[in-house]
Amino acid sequence: MGVMTGANTAGVDKEMVTQALNAELQDKGFLLTSAEDIINWARTGSLHWMTFGLACCAVEMMHTSMPRYDAERFGIAPRASPRQSDVMIVAGTLTNKMAPALRKVYDQMPEPRYVISMGSCANGGGYYHYSYSVVRGCDRVVPVDVYVPGCPPTAEALLYGLMQLQRKIRRTGTLVR
Amino acid sequence: MTEALKELGAQIEAKRPDCVIGWDVTFDELNVDVAPANIAGFVEFLKNDPTCKFSSLVDVTAVDYPERAKRFDVVYHFLSMYQNQRIRLRVSIREDEMVPSIVDVHPSANWFEREVFDMFGILFTGHPDLRRILTDYGFRGYPLRKDFPTTGYTEVRYDEAQKRVVYEPVSLVQEYRQFDFMSPWEGAEYILPGDEKEGAK
Repeated sequence: MGVMTGANTAGVDKEMVTQALNAELQDKGFLLTSAEDIINWARTGSLHWMTFGLACCAVEMMHTSMPRYDAERFGIAPRASPRQSDVMIVAGTLTNKMAPALRKVYDQMPEPRYVISMGSCANGGGYYHYSYSVVRGCDRVVPVDVYVPGCPPTAEALLYGLMQLQRKIRRTGTLVR
Repeated sequence: MTEALKELGAQIEAKRPDCVIGWDVTFDELNVDVAPANIAGFVEFLKNDPTCKFSSLVDVTAVDYPERAKRFDVVYHFLSMYQNQRIRLRVSIREDEMVPSIVDVHPSANWFEREVFDMFGILFTGHPDLRRILTDYGFRGYPLRKDFPTTGYTEVRYDEAQKRVVYEPVSLVQEYRQFDFMSPWEGAEYILPGDEKEGAK
């Protein structure tokens, strides 16, 4: 039988927190929070992704936004314009010829911006690692936040990756990246 | 099917003896070896001759045989929807030789020939716009030649200081692996590990 001597890692009781929040809301009719918290809450709740579909991964990316997995219940929706999106999903094989275009699109996105690398090819070249025409991982061109493994990853896996990104934004908890 | 192809091959050879070097029917497919200088005229003949009518160009590609003096085989595939036949033309050329373009006969050959030029470095005389088509802008070398390394010579990276994508010589993090797909039971031409004494006998 182990005895915990370090800091408590069990975390808060979510039910208790919800009850406390509800009580506060009933009592005063409003909630108090910090600007940072509310902005990060808004950010996690409306991640619009820039679709950068390059290969078969793009099909799984479409599945993520379709009714079965329904990414929109997390506020995550495809937004095919870089100027209005928050996260770029690099879905597929990034070739040398496409690399400058990818960087250009990334540079057009407004801050704060995030990148999800989807699939083996985008993560590290994958099947085409030794090819003369393929970039060995899209992190050579853009900074990546979340890597989703798979060839191609299932829609479920991508959705999990998106939720990990939400968690990352929430945990970082600052206005400026 | 084979009989009809043999008849067709003999007929083509009889009508154009100056173009046809040789022909054979292998795996129920008709292959014709053509002299490089006459390919354009021969393709036009195949297109217009009433017994052939090979009006659809299916593919133009090439094969590299580095050990041969005539290094490349340029391969043309045609389909005759009138006669329900297919034909394959082979043109053997040396590395410094050029092939006449067939764009005037089949406009669809334009991008096929560009691709062959891109991948093998074979030049087509009379082609209206012989540029690279698939590889990167400013790419050097011909990837489908046997002496081209799989990894190529350059790789790209975004340079934070220069604020652009830069090209660098390839440096592999992991050593290139040579895969041996030859089964030791089916004619592998090396001595298997542990069989050294057996081979010495």
